[in-house]
This record gives sequence, C-alpha cells and structure tokens, in this order.
Amino acid sequence: MTPGPLLSVEGLSVAFNTEQGRVRVVEDLSFQLAAGETLGLVGESGCGKSVTAQTIMRLLPSPPSHIEAGRIMFEGEDLAAAPASRMRKIRGDRIGMVFQEPMTSLNPTQRIGQQVAEVLRLHRGMNSSEAKGLAISVLKKAGIGNAERRFDQYPHELSGGLRQRVMIAMAIVCGPRLLIADEPTTALDVTIQAQIIELLKAVQKDLGLSILLITHDLGVVAEMCRNVVIMYAGRVVERGPTNETFQFPRHPYTAGLINSSPRNARKGERLPTIPGLVPPPGMRSRGCSFADRCPRVLEKCRSEFPPLAPLPGRLVACWNPAP
Amino acid sequence: MTALLEVRDLSKDYPARDGKGVVRAVSNVSLALEAGQTLGVVGESGCGKSTLARLIMRLIEPRSGEILFKGQNLVSLSAPDLRRRRRDIQMVFQDPYASLDPRMNVAAIISEPLDIHGIGSRAERKAKVLELLDLVGLDRSAAAKYPHEFSGGQRQRIGIARAIALEPKLVVLDEPVSALDVSIQSQILNLLIDLKKRLGLTYIFISHDLSVVEHVSDDVAVMYLGQIVEYGKAAQVLHAPLHPYSQALVSAIPEIDTQKKKQRIVLTGDPPNPENIPPGCPFHPRCPHVMAICRQIPPELQVTQDRRAACHLYREGPGGH
Ligand SMILES: Nc1ncnc2c1ncn2[C@@H]1O[C@H](COP(=O)(O)OP(=O)(O)OP(=O)(O)O)[C@@H](O)[C@H]1O
Ligand code: SF4
Ligand SMILES: [Mg+2]
Repeated sequence: MTPGPLLSVEGLSVAFNTEQGRVRVVEDLSFQLAAGETLGLVGESGCGKSVTAQTIMRLLPSPPSHIEAGRIMFEGEDLAAAPASRMRKIRGDRIGMVFQEPMTSLNPTQRIGQQVAEVLRLHRGMNSSEAKGLAISVLKKAGIGNAERRFDQYPHELSGGLRQRVMIAMAIVCGPRLLIADEPTTALDVTIQAQIIELLKAVQKDLGLSILLITHDLGVVAEMCRNVVIMYAGRVVERGPTNETFQFPRHPYTAGLINSSPRNARKGERLPTIPGLVPPPGMRSRGCSFADRCPRVLEKCRSEFPPLAPLPGRLVACWNPAP
Repeated sequence: MTALLEVRDLSKDYPARDGKGVVRAVSNVSLALEAGQTLGVVGESGCGKSTLARLIMRLIEPRSGEILFKGQNLVSLSAPDLRRRRRDIQMVFQDPYASLDPRMNVAAIISEPLDIHGIGSRAERKAKVLELLDLVGLDRSAAAKYPHEFSGGQRQRIGIARAIALEPKLVVLDEPVSALDVSIQSQILNLLIDLKKRLGLTYIFISHDLSVVEHVSDDVAVMYLGQIVEYGKAAQVLHAPLHPYSQALVSAIPEIDTQKKKQRIVLTGDPPNPENIPPGCPFHPRCPHVMAICRQIPPELQVTQDRRAACHLYREGPGGH
C-alpha cells in the first residue's frame, strides 16, 4: 500500500466579506503534496496564493474570511474543520511557516534566540536551558554562524538573509512534517536568495520535510519543485511535473507566462505578452476567467467554465489546450 | 563619436548612521553612453545604483567628479543653464504607487513638466497629454482619472508618459518593471523598446533582474559597494563574466529551463555593508578566489578591448594571469 499524500486540499473555496458583498477569491482548489515532496504554487499577484497558504494554516480571521467549501486533509485530519485550539497546536509544531518579510513575523523587541526557544517551550514544554541548547543547534543548522552570540541579538541587528534564516530555524525547530513558505526569497538579493534556496533544499533532505513553496518566480520553482500548480484568478489552471509543464505548457495562461519572460526572447525585440489585465475577484465571468486575454479562446469558453481535467501527465482547466 | 553622456570619477558620500563615519554610496564611477544606446546597471540592494541615477539626474550633489552631457559638465553648470538641460534628462521610478501624486489627475501629472518649463499654450499642452496617452497605450479617458484608479502596469505607463513629455534625450529608468508581474512586465518592456525606437531615446536601465537587463541593454555595468566592478558588452558581461562577483551574480539566477542549469557559486559571508567597506578589493571577504593582494590593494578597472574588470586576477588583463 502506498501511503496517502501528507497534505490533500480538496475543492477548497475561500471568500471574503467586502464592501461589494461576499467575494470568492479562491475557488474549488485541489492539490496533493506527498511526504518529502516540494510543490510549487505559482501565479501572479492577487491570484490567491497567500490566501491559500493562510487558509491551510487557518491564519485568516473569520469574518471577514470564510471557508465556503472543501477539505484540507493533513495527517488524516481536516484542518478546515479543526477548532482554533487544535490549530495552535499544529502550527509551529507539525506545520512550519516562512513568509516573505521576516521583519513582520519576528518580534522586534525580543532576542532572536529567545524567539526560537519560545517555540520549544510552547510545543515541547522545555525549560529554558534545554530550549536554549536546542535553539542554538537549530540556528546553526539554519546556517547562522556564531549562533551563540547571535542568540542574544535583536531582529533589526541582522541582515534580511539572516532574518530569513532565523524564520527558517523557528519553522523547523519542532521537526514539522510540512513547511509552508510564502515567497521566502522574494525580498532578498539574488546571491542571498541562492543561499536560502540551498538552505531550504538541505533542510528538506535532512528532515524529510514536505514543502509548499509559493512564489511568482518560475525559475525558483524550476529549481526546487518536482511538481507545480499554476493558479489564475483564484483557480488552478494547470498542474503537473515542473520540467514538462514549463517546457510544454498546455494551458494558454501557463504558456503566456513562460513566453513573456525575457529569458526566452530574442534580444532587444518585442516580447510576447498576455494582453489585458487579470479580472478582479467578483468580476470573474461565468466561463473561463482567462477568456478575455486568451489567444486560443473559443465560443464555448465564454459561457461554460472549463473544469480541471486530465491530459497525459497533466491536469489542465481549458477547453482548447495547446497541443 | 562623442558620447551623449559621460560620467567621470563620480563619487558621493553620505554621513553614516552612527554620525561618525561616511557611507561611500558611489565611488569613482566612470561610464560613457552614446546616443541611442541602452546602458544596463546591475547590482544588489545598497550597491549604489539608485544613488548613481539621482546623481545623473542632478537631484543630489556629488562629492567629486564630472557628469558631461553633450560635452557640457552638469556639475558646474549655473542654475538657469541646468534648468534648461534638465529637460533632456528624465527619470522613471520603480514604484508606480509612490511616484505619482494621488491628488492630481492623470492629465495634470503628465502635463506638470510642460507647465514647469512653460511649454506651449494650455490647449497645446492638453493636446500633448492626449498624444502622450496614445503613445504609452492608455485610453484617452485616463486623462480625467486619478492614480488609484489604475493597476500597477497602467500607473507605470503614466509615469513613462510624464517622463517623455519634454521629449528628453536620456531617460534614467530605475527598476521600472521590478514591481510588476511578469505578464505586465513584458508589456512595459515592449513599450520601452517601442518608445526608444520611435523617439530616438537613450536609456540608463537600472535593475537587479539580469534577464531583463540583458534583453534591453547594449552595455552593462556591474556595481558592488558603490563601484563598477565590471563593465562591457551585455552579452559578454552576462554570459562570460570576468569578475568573481559578476560570476556569482549570474550563477545565482534560477533558470526556468533546467537543462540550462549552470554551476552555482554560492557566496559565503554576510552581504555587503556600505557603511563598512572592506580595505583592498571591496569584494574580498566573499570572494572565492581571494589572494593576499586583494586584502590590501584596491584593484583598478583593467581595460582590454571592450571589457573591463576591477579584479587582481586580471592584473595582466583578462586571460593574462
Ligand atoms: N482580508 C481580505 N479581504 C478582502 N480581500 C482579500 C483579503 N485578503 C486578500 N484578499 C483578496 O484575495 C485575492 C487573493 O489575494 P492573495 O493575497 O492570496 O494573492 P497572492 O496570490 O498571494 O498575491 P501576491 O503575489 O501579490 O502575494 C486578492 O484579490 C486580494 O485582494
Ligand atoms: S478555456 Fe478557452 S479561454 Fe480559457 S484558457 Fe482555454 S482556450 Fe483560453
Ligand atoms: Mg502573496
């Protein structure tokens, strides 16, 4: 018997109460993450990546947010239905989190070592000297040189790259099964980004972690993730193995994203573009949300919504996928 | 052929946060740019890219050095002469949210430079605004709207319309597409490419994104801690870099095409701190090839053919060690 996935998101829909009424921002989202796998979740600003991540961790206050449908199965438990007290136990222990801007997630008035040790006291009931010893060893594992001295520093005394290492240390200190990383390298310079990517890979191998990696950088996904989920306007439009999906995209949006990168273009020439703009939530049509921008649009696309359907080695939500 | 812009030994210091030392934001930068060319400037945060842009715009005073525009030194120009020259050099900023005045409508934003320089009658300025909106691909109805009614990409078009309103010769673009999503980024890059051809513009294109810089630039300068460490033809600098810092930078870019994967050089050590520039070569604490001489003597930009690298590995010129 093969073990089931570690995380299985099934038909998840999330809405917010807004001035315009209730607006769905994530619709019927499904994906699975196997133990030890890194899955990339990509898409442009506002497509619902962070809402998805925060819903899995149940970090969004309700109201204004609502899980309208779906299940979030993690280690045999539906997180979508879990009470707040249970989620407090899971977060930081079974599921670690890393965000784009470590400065907003770290407490500016507390020494970084204490913040790491705090996680151990909370989840493991350790006393302070035990917690300190383990915190230092995890800071070292996160590549923080001179961890004993750094233990007593405050977040503002560290560079952005080091702060991200502290976040990673906090996220892994309890030995979680799943790490959710929302744009963990976006705020960093490329040479520092490269260090953090290498660290995440090492940590994953070391701890056998699963990682849900959220990013808009297709290069980072290609480098870290075996499988990728592409989101557009709150929905999954394509899902498959990263290499094949990027090399032979089937959904016109995926193709548009990849082709519009200057990496693939003739120098100095106009780039292929996706015309127009992403429709805002609440303004999405009955049919395919991409129809107004799509070069392969058919009559049917505007009236009927394309479900996520299997193609060889791929799931694609499109009435007229690229050959 | 004389350069449209030539920068010679330009330096700028700021007082350090501790009030004692100085931050060498830009040190002895020299570069030259011919009309119609694009010079890409790359480097990581704090390397001095934006300070260089603001020096060239004459928004801040240099400590020393010259900025020659059509052979005229902007640093020693009298105020009225400088004002006239300013028309020829305009700037586009990274953040299309912060750089547009939220209280002004789009017509007022775009025509403001024309008003300031007293160009044309009111009616002419109004017509010019509509023409500029066409040029940057915005609907004419945009004129009466306010910045918050537009998306990031559309705001960047407004910023570009404003920058080209005075028909400048040189446009300094400071991270013009960095805040935008890829699909919008390509739309704006296309606009910049089109405008350059149509209006015969010259660009200084500042970005941390090497693939974007490579796409648009003829020459590229790589900056590190306020200095140019490598300078040359874009294809050479970005595909066969000489300086160990440029090599690390290029190798750090994650590739979409995993077949193209290159050997990554992961730098150790902390990121550079402009308040505390190391002696000798500024890169030496992170350099995988550091030698004894690097810790003591600052390397000069070695010039051979079209390449220049400030590195002791190339004392006898590139390939000569
Ligand atoms: N608290 C909220 N109330 C109402 N709408 C919200 C709220 N939080 C997020 N949204 C909306 O949900 C949609 C998805 O946002 P989300 O932050 O998940 O996007 P994202 O894919 O993470 O984008 P980015 O790449 O910019 O981080 C957006 O349209 C956003 O405006
Ligand atoms: S369903 Fe139709 S409009 Fe949507 S992506 Fe496919 S072809 Fe394009
Ligand atoms: Mg987000």
